[in-house]
Amino acid sequence: MLNVIIAWFSRAVMFATVMLFGSMGEILTEKSGHLNLGIPGIMFIGGFTGFAATHYYEIAAGAAYNPIVCVIIGLICSFGAAALAGLLYSFLTISLRANQNVTGLTITIFGVGLGKFFGTIVMGKSTVSSAAKAFATFSTKIPVLSKIPIAGGLIFSYGFMVYLAIIMAVVINYILKRTRIGLNLRAVGENPGTADAAGVNVSKYKYFSSTLGGGIAGLGGLYYVLEYNKGMWATSNSIEALGWLAVALVIFSTWNSVHAIWGSILFGLLSWAYAFLPKLGVPIPSTTISLVQMLPYVVTLVVLIVISMRKKKENQPPESLGLPYFREDR
Amino acid sequence: MPNGLDFRFEKRCRYLEENYAVELKNVTKIFGKVVANDSVSLGIRHSEILSILGENGSGKTTLMNMIAGIYFPDAGQIFVEGKEVSIRSPKDAIELKIGMIHQHFKLVDVFTAAENIALGLEGEKYNLKTVAKRIKEICEKYGFDIDPYQKVYNMTVSQKQTLEIIKVLYRGANILILDEPTAVLTPLETERLFGIIRNMRDDGKSVIIITHKLNEVLAVSDRVAILRKGKYVGTVDTKDATELSLTEMMVGQKVSLNIARKEPVNPQERLIVNNLTCLDSAGVKVLDKVSFTAFGGEILGIAGISGCGQKELLEAIAGLKKTAPGSSVEYIDPGDNIKKQLIGKNPRQIKDYGIALSFVPEDRLGMGLVGSMGMTGNMMLRSYNNGHSFFAARKEPRDLAVKVKNELSVMTPSIDTPVSKLSGGNVQKVLVGREIASSPTVLMTAYAVRGLDINTSYTIYNLLSEEKDNGVAVIYVGEDLDVLLELCDRILVLCGGRVNGIVDARTATKEEIGLLMTNLKEGGNR
Repeated sequence: MLNVIIAWFSRAVMFATVMLFGSMGEILTEKSGHLNLGIPGIMFIGGFTGFAATHYYEIAAGAAYNPIVCVIIGLICSFGAAALAGLLYSFLTISLRANQNVTGLTITIFGVGLGKFFGTIVMGKSTVSSAAKAFATFSTKIPVLSKIPIAGGLIFSYGFMVYLAIIMAVVINYILKRTRIGLNLRAVGENPGTADAAGVNVSKYKYFSSTLGGGIAGLGGLYYVLEYNKGMWATSNSIEALGWLAVALVIFSTWNSVHAIWGSILFGLLSWAYAFLPKLGVPIPSTTISLVQMLPYVVTLVVLIVISMRKKKENQPPESLGLPYFREDR
Repeated sequence: MPNGLDFRFEKRCRYLEENYAVELKNVTKIFGKVVANDSVSLGIRHSEILSILGENGSGKTTLMNMIAGIYFPDAGQIFVEGKEVSIRSPKDAIELKIGMIHQHFKLVDVFTAAENIALGLEGEKYNLKTVAKRIKEICEKYGFDIDPYQKVYNMTVSQKQTLEIIKVLYRGANILILDEPTAVLTPLETERLFGIIRNMRDDGKSVIIITHKLNEVLAVSDRVAILRKGKYVGTVDTKDATELSLTEMMVGQKVSLNIARKEPVNPQERLIVNNLTCLDSAGVKVLDKVSFTAFGGEILGIAGISGCGQKELLEAIAGLKKTAPGSSVEYIDPGDNIKKQLIGKNPRQIKDYGIALSFVPEDRLGMGLVGSMGMTGNMMLRSYNNGHSFFAARKEPRDLAVKVKNELSVMTPSIDTPVSKLSGGNVQKVLVGREIASSPTVLMTAYAVRGLDINTSYTIYNLLSEEKDNGVAVIYVGEDLDVLLELCDRILVLCGGRVNGIVDARTATKEEIGLLMTNLKEGGNR
């Protein structure tokens, strides 16, 4: 019983970490007034490049494999490629003022397609080709602490990226709420005209946050492949589904990355309810599994309804979310 | 060496008196084909309140925008403290200690007052507590009252304006430009603002007020600079000026100050309002048992301090606002003399009865016009369901647009130019002109002359009077008591959502109405 709950929770946390990276990227982007629906695709790109880089490093290094170098290469390649995709999105929507929804969706289609295409080339020779050493590195648990009963399983049994995600969520929230950069960024997303008049470089902030947001979201893909999916690329299609959950999570967390931490764990628990509830004595007929998997989306809809009804200004999306900014001519 | 100090102090005083804080020399600005400012030269002294007076579209705001760094002049020079400067952005302006408070506030709604002020303050450590402390100091020095931790979306228009002024002062501005600061204020708020402006002048600051309200010019300014059609006409000391002399300089021709008013001919009951009650979102009564009758062939004025239910009253009649049970608005059709209950009808049905509403909101484009469409398109918004064919009829709205443009002399390059490109006053002419042109039987206008110059205002008064002669019941919500007294036949005074009295405009005095506006009588109705 207890073991089932611990297993359910730790599965949820790993699931949550993928979403949390995606949500942090999306929160940063949306705070600058840009709705990036390309996040699922960007996570796909991040996941693929990170995986490919560590995979090739493993082969090239052979016996000289160094876990730290592997981590650095994985993070840099994943972040860099995803940030490039974010930069592409920024260029299209900020400089060319293309429609944000269309651009985002296109990038998702592009990213997923790109990942799959190169995935078949890299993986062409063997079906289960995996980055086994990288998986071992990325899923290294905290020594000693992870051996504590219960708490060890619940809190300390994950690879470093889980804690990295949580720390980043707290830091992002602090930066947004407590620093000048955060103030300027929020002003850009709320009312770019006012920010511009106050001397804030609107385009710079929009570029900066959308690109950085893309990079952070990409790390979610990396985590998915190298810890959650045990270093295998072949079965990585659900990155896209998790990406959409990450976008929903942004609304659920009311654009607050700290709320996104527990929100993502809740989403994770709900997503895996279908697998663990039967073990806890709640039978789920196979015909209704899809209904149970739907829960995170239902919860998001409920949250949307609630925050729209409460009309509390702070919980609303940034005021000029989705609107291109033109400097007034007159 | 006290004598030396005195001497230097005197010398400094003389320097400040003789030299301009800001001086413009032959400044010209051209937008496309329109010359907004044609070789304007004027100066602003230290410790002075200067009014920039001019009709709509005379280039007041454009001129000031060049000092504030919004626009860059096409020709001419700007001197600040005697030195020639090039002001290319608001940032440059603020470095020269020039700050402008625009008509449309530049504030972030979900930020607190302090956060709004901290925005863009580069090079200063980000600490909201220090900001709040300095806000308090500025408030005490000049007599403002504002809570640094209040969110902007909870603020009144007056508080937002105060915040804008503090923002500029916080950045150390010595030269403040206020663009039509009183347009959105109540008389009491205006008085308070003038007090603050005088405090700032006494503190050595130069204050420029862009306005077209003569009484305010005379009340607050030291000197008046007058612009006409983009050209500089002259500067006079306020103490030597009268409303008439300023008007003459402003319009270039003598304007009759009399509004033509005929006796109502055969007035007939047209709209009977009974016990009209409305609640706002918080459940507070914004209209409380309002009862009155409007007659065809007369102009019923509605007076009141802003926010006393004027807007809600018109919206309730037009079917745009929900009313409480027990309310009744009966319309008597001039065709068949049958009473029709308007409560429960939708705005379209009410409009089809011939009841027109032209409400000019605080931001003129907010209600009734589509900024990106031209005059023709906006005329069409009113008539699109008149046609019976699949395709929209473009000819009638086009003709109407031309007619409105000519009759109200709307300054626009073409009737197809998006109305958002027109100046504020011209936008309003389009709005009011369209409503009058729909030949209604009840015409409701609110703030029809808000922001308009004298000439255009009179055009609109005449149009309203004509409608009255045609037997239309005109309901005119206005701000200027003099106009209400001269234009209307009867004046209904609202106070706190109640009818505090209905007076005959021909016999009532200004004091009488002023009293009704501010003091709610026991019992309220009549």
